[in-house]
Amino acid sequence: MSEAAVPASNANANASEKMASLVREAENLKTKLEEERQKLNDVNLSNIAERLEQIAYVNIKPRKVLKGHQAKVLCTDWSPDKRHIISSSQDGRLIIWDAFTTNKEHAVTMPTTWIMACAYAPSGNFVACGGLDNKVTVYPITSDEEMAAKKRTVGTHTSYMSCCIYPNSDQQILTGSGDSTCALWDVESGQLLQSFHGHSGDVMAIDLAPNETGNTFVSGSCDRMAFIWDMRSGHVVQSFEGHQSDVNSVKFHPCGDAIATGSDDSSCRLYDMRADREVAVFAKESIIFGVNSVDFSVSGRLLFAGYNDYTVNLWDTLKSERVCLLYGHENKVSCVQVSPDGTALSTGSWDYTIRVWA
Amino acid sequence: MVTMNSEADKTQATNASSTAAPAKTDCSSSSSSDPLAVTIPEEAQSSGGAGGAGGTPSPLPNGSKSGGGSGYLDTEGSPALATESVAATGGTPMETASPPATNATTASTASASASTSTSTATSTSTSTATSITSGAKSAAVTATTSSSATSSSTAAAASAGGKQSGGGSGGSGGLLTVSGNHHHHHHSPHPQQSSAGQSASQPPPPPTSSALAVPAASHHQRGGKNEDAPNILVYKKMEAIIEKMQAESTGVAVRTVKAFMSKVPSVFTGADLVAWILKNFDVEDVTEALHFAHLLSSHGYIFPIDDHALTVKNDGTFYRFQTPYFWPSNCWEPENTDYAVYLCKRTMQNKTRLELADYEAENLAKLQKMFSRKWEFIFMQAESQSKVAKKRDKLERKVLDSQERAFWDVHRPMPGCVNTTEIDIKKAYRRGGSSHGTGSAGASLAKNPVEQLTRIIALRKQKLERRTIKVSKAAEALVAYYDQYNEFDYFITSPELPNPWQTDSTEMWDTEKNSKEVPVRRVKRWAFSLRELLNDAIGREQFTKFLEKEYSGENLKFWESVQEMKALPQSEIKEAIQKIWQEFLAPEAPCPVNVDSKSVELAREAVSSPSGPNRWCFDVAASHVYHLMKSDSYSRYLRSDMYKDYLNCSRKKIKSIPNLFGVKR
Repeated sequence: MSEAAVPASNANANASEKMASLVREAENLKTKLEEERQKLNDVNLSNIAERLEQIAYVNIKPRKVLKGHQAKVLCTDWSPDKRHIISSSQDGRLIIWDAFTTNKEHAVTMPTTWIMACAYAPSGNFVACGGLDNKVTVYPITSDEEMAAKKRTVGTHTSYMSCCIYPNSDQQILTGSGDSTCALWDVESGQLLQSFHGHSGDVMAIDLAPNETGNTFVSGSCDRMAFIWDMRSGHVVQSFEGHQSDVNSVKFHPCGDAIATGSDDSSCRLYDMRADREVAVFAKESIIFGVNSVDFSVSGRLLFAGYNDYTVNLWDTLKSERVCLLYGHENKVSCVQVSPDGTALSTGSWDYTIRVWA
Repeated sequence: MVTMNSEADKTQATNASSTAAPAKTDCSSSSSSDPLAVTIPEEAQSSGGAGGAGGTPSPLPNGSKSGGGSGYLDTEGSPALATESVAATGGTPMETASPPATNATTASTASASASTSTSTATSTSTSTATSITSGAKSAAVTATTSSSATSSSTAAAASAGGKQSGGGSGGSGGLLTVSGNHHHHHHSPHPQQSSAGQSASQPPPPPTSSALAVPAASHHQRGGKNEDAPNILVYKKMEAIIEKMQAESTGVAVRTVKAFMSKVPSVFTGADLVAWILKNFDVEDVTEALHFAHLLSSHGYIFPIDDHALTVKNDGTFYRFQTPYFWPSNCWEPENTDYAVYLCKRTMQNKTRLELADYEAENLAKLQKMFSRKWEFIFMQAESQSKVAKKRDKLERKVLDSQERAFWDVHRPMPGCVNTTEIDIKKAYRRGGSSHGTGSAGASLAKNPVEQLTRIIALRKQKLERRTIKVSKAAEALVAYYDQYNEFDYFITSPELPNPWQTDSTEMWDTEKNSKEVPVRRVKRWAFSLRELLNDAIGREQFTKFLEKEYSGENLKFWESVQEMKALPQSEIKEAIQKIWQEFLAPEAPCPVNVDSKSVELAREAVSSPSGPNRWCFDVAASHVYHLMKSDSYSRYLRSDMYKDYLNCSRKKIKSIPNLFGVKR
């Protein structure tokens, strides 16, 4: 691509002219990009998947209901032990559940409401959480009193913290924020190891790439884009556009070479990183509400998506068909997550409950 | 499936203490200041609506504000929850500041007249308002009730609307809001309404509009960012559907039903509605159609004619369309004073069908307490509205009363019903921030479109330079991945051992933890990729043994050391890096790895860099080693007798025991 299209900062060129030429260049690039990608768009994913049998029936039923929050459940995370769940809520509480017995094992009240994110450390011994307080706080999982006493603030953003994950280690936390950045923190010192600037809207979700090095992650934002980042350099290595509204959720395909996104435009999309383009859109005319959260089954064939219309839709990612609908929640579904061993799906909702499906 | 009953039970149980659970409702009125201001004071000051609160002088200093936004009427509040207690503190001072409710009549006259310019109109302006509106109303209402649409009635409604807004502009603050709002509605994208000749949907600003008047300042502000309001995308989609439903010949049949001694105007049955959805939408079954209808109802677009619970049943129950004036896309954030006037008015219409429900009566009592000083004024408004209403045609009144009731059922839902006007605080923040230039990054970038465009251009250039594969190749890879993993996908293939969640038996987990034998399916997985092998502790152990036999154990050791080092706290990084360098890469390293000189050079530079080594300094070398293992040792391992024996060993064990569900090994 020629660099000449951008006029150098000519003293005479006024701002609007510069803007116009930038807009033009952006459009030209888009057209060219579409042409280039079209050359390699030889077939649809669903055509390739024709040889696969249809998923006629998925044996999935509600198995557990976790009741105890007194306001909207905003985020949940499975423990590495495959049966505990941590949940955070608008009521300012963090609850650790034995989802199998539905018992509450710990409850911590935070000095903030709207705890938008929570995450288990890989060891299962710590949890990180935060939200409207703009901070990410770490709690050791011990007795309730000790948890509150031993909490530590690791990092602070300049707007709400919308999502957090531990990238392969108890010693680091990766966060996304309404200040449109992501950040990697050293847990022990609270030092900012790397910051990730590039989004022009609030970061809503992040996910770590399931590859052997764990050096890349994906972020979804209200700027309607999903970015793949290199943790080492702090740079965007790949970007995906296509959504018509906020991207609320991003998740790596278990193979690590594709990502799924969920958006307020009521569609989910599958982007392949090797083909560097969108390879499937999961939408229906009758689905008009936004998607808050997505996750894959172990084989990557099923995509679970939680919607603002109180339902969870199961999509066949390869055939681009809806497999079934899960009813049960009585308000928006805010988060969905497949358990670490792939045996169950957890869903959290504004109806104050968390449900486990299998 | 959503059933309102169970929902009601549940929520009632959780909020037994308070009628309108503040925790649940505190973000109710979307972009309004109050929820934010009440929950997180520091943030709210910088966010959108706070300005609205400041710009709207209220006769009751903190009263109507704190009460209005967060927990509606909740002055009790339970201290258990942060939100609740905050809401309560917002309410309490106001309550104590007010004189006893009983002698409010005389005492409050002064304060009421002092508040002329504020949120609600004075009694005089109210009467003007209502008389003008009623003119508009009767014309519009004729349109609403008569099912045969004529262009003349539409025109009449339109001109009446004009008249109304004209009157508004000359009137008080309260009226101004009405006209502004009405005006705004005409700008909203529903041109089809009049053209489609749907008299039923022609927006007649009901006579209650003066009562619904939201403070002028805040409403105006809201109107400005209406198009960007968080729920607007969904509202627009629902409205497009509602318009289809109201299409004359292809829509849902709206009729006036003759009942014993009376008529029920402009209704349709739940069964008709569900049938229409099934026919016109790609819904799978009746359940989905019913759910879809329920959502339209809970957002207030259609409503049961005599039930506060906004849901749809697939039977002969009658439903009615809401007038577009009351649609949630108009960004209503009605105040408690408006609600008080409405409830008060209902008590004046002594008809059994209009009797207050228990929760409404409770709300009214609370409001009366809350607005004690203002009550006379509220009462007068209600009275004048009621008078106007009485002059109206009986059928018109039925329709209008029900539409107004449905409006309040959306904005002050019955306990146990979902408040659909609540929005995600993240979205409220962003929107609020972007139009007010606060700390939100969205705002700063919106101010700098050049930077944003430059960024987009850079990204697109980056994309153009990227080498990609054909979609068919990528698709094949995804399908192949499924082929390989489908037997491990519990949602697709039944596992060997029963899924603990389905059977309430932890056998699967126990076996995994305690059994010394590794199931064959797990061993099979090692062959999928080196990553799979290394992710499995036993697999890694086996591979380590294999490499030791091959005298190339240092490769894996180096790679593992690098991964472990990357996971260390920052304080230990420096030391760990030195150790790795000394052990594997330094010229005299006791355990040298087979890395190309370029990677070693890169690592050397990183280790000795003045800014200090970082945790990623060996990444190039480590990935070089990884690929070496992957292409060489790993494939040899898979072909080795060691792996084959291990695999067969697990296989034999499985064969010797019948693999039946529930059989303990």
